[in-house]
Amino acid sequence: MFDFLLRRLAQLIPTLVLVSMLIFGLQQLLPGDPAKILAGEEQDPAVVEYLHKKLHLDEPLPVRYAYWVGGVLRGDLGESVRNQQPVLTLVAQKLPVTLQLAVMAMAIALAIGIPAGIVSAVGRGTAWDWGANVFALWGISTPNFWLGILLILLFAVNLGWLPASGYVSPFEDLGANLKAMIMPAFVLGNAIAAVLMRHTRSAMLQVLSADYVRTARAKGLSERTVVLKHALRNALTPVITLGALELGTLLSGAVLTEQVFTIPGFGKLIVDAVFNRDYAVVQGVVLVTATAYMLLNLLADLAYFAVNPRLRH
Amino acid sequence: MLGLVVVLAFIALAVFAPWVSPMDPVATSWSAIRKAPSAQHWFGTDEIGRDVLSRVIWGTRASLLAGVVSVSISLLIGVPIGMAAGFRGGWVDAVISRITDAFLACPFLILAIALAAFLGPSLTNAMVAIGVSAAPIFVRLTRGQVLGVKVEDYVEAARAVGNPPLRIALRHILPNVTAPLMVQSTLAIAAAVIAEASLSFLGLGQQPPAPSWGSMLNTAKNFIDNAPWMAIWPGIAIFLLVLSFNLLGDGLRDALDPRG
Repeated sequence: MFDFLLRRLAQLIPTLVLVSMLIFGLQQLLPGDPAKILAGEEQDPAVVEYLHKKLHLDEPLPVRYAYWVGGVLRGDLGESVRNQQPVLTLVAQKLPVTLQLAVMAMAIALAIGIPAGIVSAVGRGTAWDWGANVFALWGISTPNFWLGILLILLFAVNLGWLPASGYVSPFEDLGANLKAMIMPAFVLGNAIAAVLMRHTRSAMLQVLSADYVRTARAKGLSERTVVLKHALRNALTPVITLGALELGTLLSGAVLTEQVFTIPGFGKLIVDAVFNRDYAVVQGVVLVTATAYMLLNLLADLAYFAVNPRLRH
Repeated sequence: MLGLVVVLAFIALAVFAPWVSPMDPVATSWSAIRKAPSAQHWFGTDEIGRDVLSRVIWGTRASLLAGVVSVSISLLIGVPIGMAAGFRGGWVDAVISRITDAFLACPFLILAIALAAFLGPSLTNAMVAIGVSAAPIFVRLTRGQVLGVKVEDYVEAARAVGNPPLRIALRHILPNVTAPLMVQSTLAIAAAVIAEASLSFLGLGQQPPAPSWGSMLNTAKNFIDNAPWMAIWPGIAIFLLVLSFNLLGDGLRDALDPRG
């Protein structure tokens, strides 16, 4: 287990280096002098001059990368040109909000996707199967920002049950926080539930025709025990790996969902930064997101390891 | 089949937009602001009196164009690179695979947003951003397919009779990896349509006043309590187009891969 973890961590490092190059390289896409663009509309020559020095723009590209990555390693992701705050501070402020949204969304996705996948595989060819497949197609094909708008229309505008937008800290008022977060979490979880349902269904179908399931049935175990204890446990392993890929969807989806529901998280930070031409913040958010995504995938690999005893030897 | 029919219907709508659309999609009318659907405006009007139906019809162009162009960009980048990695192997494969991993480590839409942000907001840049962000998926798929095909007997035979490597790659390997690429492309168009709508929703795609479903939804969000029709129709259009590409992709997969 420990060896496996070390090996996976060692694989992460070259990827992270390349990701950092990629993100640093984004800056090269800016037309003209980045200092002039970063200096805002006035382009005060003194500011441009200062930025030139600060960003080492007169140095060759590899040297500039070395400066940048050196800063990143010390936890210095640069400074927001808009409010002069360190990017890391901004990210740290917004991260818990998105984290809560992501955890709630994943819980909803698991609670819908896995049972739907089981029901659909066990009842293959029945109305349940058909219904679950329609749900999956709907989930995959609906843009989540549209679903968000529709839910606002129904639950906030027409029924008045939930707030249309806004965010309350759970430490201030947990009830209000959950009321504000339930719709965005559902929107975000819905698409992932659809993908999880499809993976669970195909994994279950495969497992249900395996010999050990036939043996379990032949022993006279109840169908419930066969499905939940013998089949599901083995079907879940591929679902974990494939499901982990959806964490990227979760992070991407959060950008749009936070925009629709005006939730001050990570997604809103990157969108606002894009429009304020706050490029250091954009780079910082992408870097943190990519790192988080890689670490989450690593965790998923470990979970895969944990539920699959065969791999331990 | 249903997917194909709906896709063809959308293509027809995009091509014949000038004739099918009842009104000018950018013509404003101060006397018809946020009017509910009626005989004159079937889908209602928007916040500056433009006909929503006409804008949805013209919006088909931006969405389809974005879907097809982005995926073409992905294929043009991804297939040759994936072929090179799978066919050459060794350090070429190692380098390409590590770079692909790096791209795949950035969530697709976040990478597309970052690219679009640095390139500047426009439909063209959004298509480039989506195409580049989705390319690694094609690199990986092509590489995997090529690895499977290049050990087949017919490739060995082609090599044995002295065909040059480029000819083997193009004449003997490429035709045998196209089926999964076609399936993936169809599904990728669905994802690209959503991605374009997402970028436009965020203001990074098609710029106003040109109609696009994503930007229509962005505006509609502000008028949700008194003009809900503005939000309903562009959303249904995105949903139907994406659904039909997904159905088409699933259908193609079943048709091309009997084992699946």
